[in-house]
Amino acid sequence: MTTKALSLPVRRASGKTSRLGEGNTGPVLVVVLAILAFWYVAAILMNWQGVADAFIRAGEQRSTSEIVLATMDQERPMLPAPHQVLVELKKTVIDTAVTSRRSLLFHAWVTLSSTLLGFALGALLGSVLAVLIVHVKTLERSLMPWIISSQTIPILAIAPIIIVVLGSIGITGLFPKAIISAYLCFFPITISMVKGLTSPDPMQRDLMRTYSASLAQTFWKLRLPASLPYLFTGLKVAIAISLVGAIVGELPTGAQAGLGARLLAGSYYGQTIQIWAALFGAAILASLLVAIVSIAERIVNRSMGARSA
Amino acid sequence: MNVSRRAIVLTPLALLGCAYALNLVHSPTVAGQAGLGFWAFIIVLWLAAAVALSGLSNLRPKNLNMRRLAGLCVPILFGAFLFFLWEVIVVGAGVPSVLMPAPSAIGGRFVASLPVLLADFLQTFVKSVLSGYVIGCLAGFLVAIIADRIPFLRRGLLPLGNFVSALPVIGIAPIMVMWFGFDWPSKAAVVVVMTFFPMLVNTVAGLAAAGRLEHDLMHSYAAGYWTTLVKLRLPVALPFIFNALKINSTLALIGAIVAEFFGTPIVGMGFRISIEVSRMSLDMVWAEIALAAIAGSIFYGLVALVERGATFWHPSYRT
Repeated sequence: MTTKALSLPVRRASGKTSRLGEGNTGPVLVVVLAILAFWYVAAILMNWQGVADAFIRAGEQRSTSEIVLATMDQERPMLPAPHQVLVELKKTVIDTAVTSRRSLLFHAWVTLSSTLLGFALGALLGSVLAVLIVHVKTLERSLMPWIISSQTIPILAIAPIIIVVLGSIGITGLFPKAIISAYLCFFPITISMVKGLTSPDPMQRDLMRTYSASLAQTFWKLRLPASLPYLFTGLKVAIAISLVGAIVGELPTGAQAGLGARLLAGSYYGQTIQIWAALFGAAILASLLVAIVSIAERIVNRSMGARSA
Repeated sequence: MNVSRRAIVLTPLALLGCAYALNLVHSPTVAGQAGLGFWAFIIVLWLAAAVALSGLSNLRPKNLNMRRLAGLCVPILFGAFLFFLWEVIVVGAGVPSVLMPAPSAIGGRFVASLPVLLADFLQTFVKSVLSGYVIGCLAGFLVAIIADRIPFLRRGLLPLGNFVSALPVIGIAPIMVMWFGFDWPSKAAVVVVMTFFPMLVNTVAGLAAAGRLEHDLMHSYAAGYWTTLVKLRLPVALPFIFNALKINSTLALIGAIVAEFFGTPIVGMGFRISIEVSRMSLDMVWAEIALAAIAGSIFYGLVALVERGATFWHPSYRT
């Protein structure tokens, strides 16, 4: 009968086994394995009918174990087994030359370049807006409500318009997609940056005033450093949705290049393995991008003398 | 005092000027071939509006209701002025409607094609979004309760849930279309997957939000797991759950519309957008976007209203 409020934090034994049980690695591994097992079972169940029908049509009599094996070896399965996706990933990433249109790296690069350009534009726009909003009261009261309510509308629906309109005046390729990404990702940056720039409390601002610091000095020496932790939180969200914007921006142009085009082409021709491989490619890209922002955050925090949390 | 008087004088003047300019720009002699004088007039109006708005936003009426009214007026006037600029520039400079239709043209198209819009709304919003939203949020909630009961599962699922929320989940749309067919179930499935993880992560975080003292109090009442859950932990988790509901209200609409880009029957908001864009009738696309915006805002607003009623005790609503 222990009570939670009174219980002291007990120092745990720091053996390797207990750390595994304590940390999240063990449970995550188990859950991932469970998902993989579930995936195999689902692949067998969902592909069963198609395989069985194919054998009946071919007039062959096959045993159950043969059908089970065949469900994981189809060319266009309902649900490809994980190893099929891995084989496809290896084939399109490692075995194919990067310059080839069959290479997933080629398509990932197309998507990545517009993601990064859009992210840079969005970060610039978002932080400039935030600085303006913090310093100009009229903007804070007139623009801020619109920025917030602009998020309750499904912005991605505008993507086809941007692509087609810019395409009709001769701007194609990277830039329209980057605009969609920028439009999507400026919001979290603005919001977090406004929060961060206003985070110094009145005492600190009063201190700056007693130093008779100018507006610019207050900004560079107090507000900006205080805003950085908030900014990085926003940047992490922003780069993830910047990628979503780039992928969706590739849909209306009709499958030319990029991960979104790969998804669309796969769905046109029923190439399920290709869809799953593109999906995994996008997931890997997203986690790499978020990881890079996290590393940048850690470096900046350390150089500013913050203790790593 | 000087500032507020200037604002009070200038605002009606600027409004009158805008009305006059709107009238002028639609007259056949100006539309599409507006001269230098007209643009100079617009720039003067712009300056006047800027001064008036900055005056209005600096007003500090003593009366609480008046202050609330002023706080509402500024963004509305600002938005209205943006629409005014859009209309005047598009009509005055004669921008072709395949590039950018004027708001009035979009409004006209919206009213003229109400039946089509209604059919799209029913298909996309009522069938796909609402059903997917309810199923996804409920599933996320239930899994969060189970995960909270079993700590091992929680430690395994939570990092995965956070990881998935950074992924472009929208990419599963073509797979769902393949599995569930062209009609609305496939879109609802995309919405389910998109709304599941935010709900899971937020609910788990909310269930951990109750303090130790409160837990001890429940313990001293000899309350069991279920009583503690229903009387203490779920109410404390409500702000987190509503946060997820609000995030999901936007995500669900985006998911359904984008999923329709991958294949639909001949009705639906995403379908209409992609078809009308390729036919270059942009006014219809904008009308559809306006519909999406209205539906999204009302959906979000309703969730926010329910939140206000359900979590009235929360510090952010007490004044």
